[in-house]
Amino acid sequence: MSTEYKPHPEDALSHVEEPATVYPVNPPTKSMDLLGWAKSNLFGSVPNTILTLLALFLLVKILPPIVDWAFISSVWSSATPDACRVDGVGACWAVVQNKYRFILFGLYPYEEQWRPVVSTLLYIVAVAVSCNPRFWSRRLLGLWAVVVIGSGILMWGGILGLPYVENEKWGGLPLTLMLSVLGIALAFPLGILAALGRRSSLPVIRSVSVVYIELVRGVPLISVLFMASVMIPLFLPEGVTINKLLRAFIGIVLFTGAYMAEAVRGGLQALPRGQYEAADALGLGYWQKTRLIILPQAIRLVIPPLVNQFISMFKDTSLVFIVGLFDLLNTVKTALTDPLWRPFYVEAYVFTALIYFLFCYFMARYSQYLERHLNTGVRR
Amino acid sequence: MSDQASAKVHKPGDEAVIKLTNVNKWYGKFHVLKDINLTIRKGERVVVCGPSGSGKSTMIRCVNRLEEHQAGSIVVNGTELTNDVKAIEAIRRDVGMVFQSFNLFPHLTVLENLILAPTWVKKVPRKEAIDTAMYYLGRVKIPDQAGKYPGQLSGGQQQRVAIARALCMKPDIMLFDEPTSALDPEMIKEVLDVMTELAQEGMTMVCVTHEMGFARSVADTVVFMADGSVVERNTPNELFNNPQEERTKKFLSQIIQHH
Repeated sequence: MSTEYKPHPEDALSHVEEPATVYPVNPPTKSMDLLGWAKSNLFGSVPNTILTLLALFLLVKILPPIVDWAFISSVWSSATPDACRVDGVGACWAVVQNKYRFILFGLYPYEEQWRPVVSTLLYIVAVAVSCNPRFWSRRLLGLWAVVVIGSGILMWGGILGLPYVENEKWGGLPLTLMLSVLGIALAFPLGILAALGRRSSLPVIRSVSVVYIELVRGVPLISVLFMASVMIPLFLPEGVTINKLLRAFIGIVLFTGAYMAEAVRGGLQALPRGQYEAADALGLGYWQKTRLIILPQAIRLVIPPLVNQFISMFKDTSLVFIVGLFDLLNTVKTALTDPLWRPFYVEAYVFTALIYFLFCYFMARYSQYLERHLNTGVRR
Repeated sequence: MSDQASAKVHKPGDEAVIKLTNVNKWYGKFHVLKDINLTIRKGERVVVCGPSGSGKSTMIRCVNRLEEHQAGSIVVNGTELTNDVKAIEAIRRDVGMVFQSFNLFPHLTVLENLILAPTWVKKVPRKEAIDTAMYYLGRVKIPDQAGKYPGQLSGGQQQRVAIARALCMKPDIMLFDEPTSALDPEMIKEVLDVMTELAQEGMTMVCVTHEMGFARSVADTVVFMADGSVVERNTPNELFNNPQEERTKKFLSQIIQHH
């Protein structure tokens, strides 16, 4: 058969001769002691040495005062700010000790604050379970239904002997977490639908998607929230009101959804056309193709921008102060209206920043884990 | 060649399973298919050859509507291809396709690639789909790779998986769009062997390929296309040894220099 491969005389392969030397089977190992490492990595060249020395100088200059301020000369516990007014005293963490209940839970009635604690824990557990690929199944939806309804009952009360707490009083960390987690849970599917819609062959669906994405992306989140709080009531028939929290929530979801749509679209476009064609050729319908072939690959490709969006949304929830909601950042601000503790605003903000950082850092690390985990099959 | 003898045991029937009538297609202003008329009978093994840009890939991609034709009619298994999505999906269930670039789903294992369409499209029970998949993996001689991901296989193995994937839908017709063009030379044979076996079992096959040896030993009919038209169609013997058209002679002379 002519299908047999006969090397052409000029084929490079036919020129290869037996190697003269036999190479070791294992690659050479590179062993190095600390000094050797420092020599090659820190003092390898003149510019490198200068940079190393400069960095060391800055560290020596900056680090000790920070450590001293935060840990050594700091006041950890005090009922009044007097202990912090002494000369030479560093950070006044007592502000956190005195205000953390308000910072974390806002205006929620003091005696009932165990309810937001439990509800926050419910959310954290649900997120933790959902993050583990082992538990990815339809049953997760059931878990989330239980968590959302359960935390709703806890937060509102009014039944089971729990006093009713209107959601104007909700605030602090539980509010921020709820807005973010539920916001992501709704904005993500919305973004996927909008991205698919933008690539639809049906003109109406395509136009609606394009108008939604471009309109929402074209304005700042603050104005979306303003519109949600001021304009939506104008369009509603007399007597119908949607509560403030829900309006802000809808605003955040719409805003984030538009950005996610563009991230997801990037993934859809990066997929080779052959994947669509192979799915088509097997007779898969549009939704089967999208769900089984296209989205699993497209979303995997855009995990970094998506998580970027999640992180940015988590922090953007702080803008709901504009419609009068007491999220984590607004509760700090409000706590600091107390003239006694106002001078120690830096410490209060550092505390809040740490909380934000903790959650954002978790998301960043998780995205790295997820990328590795999902890539195992694809990588050679 | 004994291959050739056994290949001719299965005589194609009289029933037309693919019928293209005056098919025309344009990419923008470019007239890519010009009045294509082609009838393919049940069990017929057709090799389509021709220079690149002659429209041969476009033509077979029209058969399962990966490409849309703009004029003329295409009837597959008694159903005309129109904008009716249900009809298109029904035809695609019966027409398997193998691509030049394999197009396996990289996020699924080999076995998952094979059972996906049967379980979702034909609603075959999972257990049965797995049995079928393992049977066809045996047929393409890589049953031990079922748990691997496509990225872990060689090109030849991937293409054999792609053939098995199409066969798992138990198609009536198989389309091959340059199945060996993306393969390293030493892997071409393993793929052609699988295709030859398939041909010997009487599968209706339409194969765009440059493998003239395969065409000679397996095909009932060779169709030569150039510039969007069918220039000549004949048995491989007649077409290769006694081409009637100037364009065919020119093409064959260029091919033979390399084979």
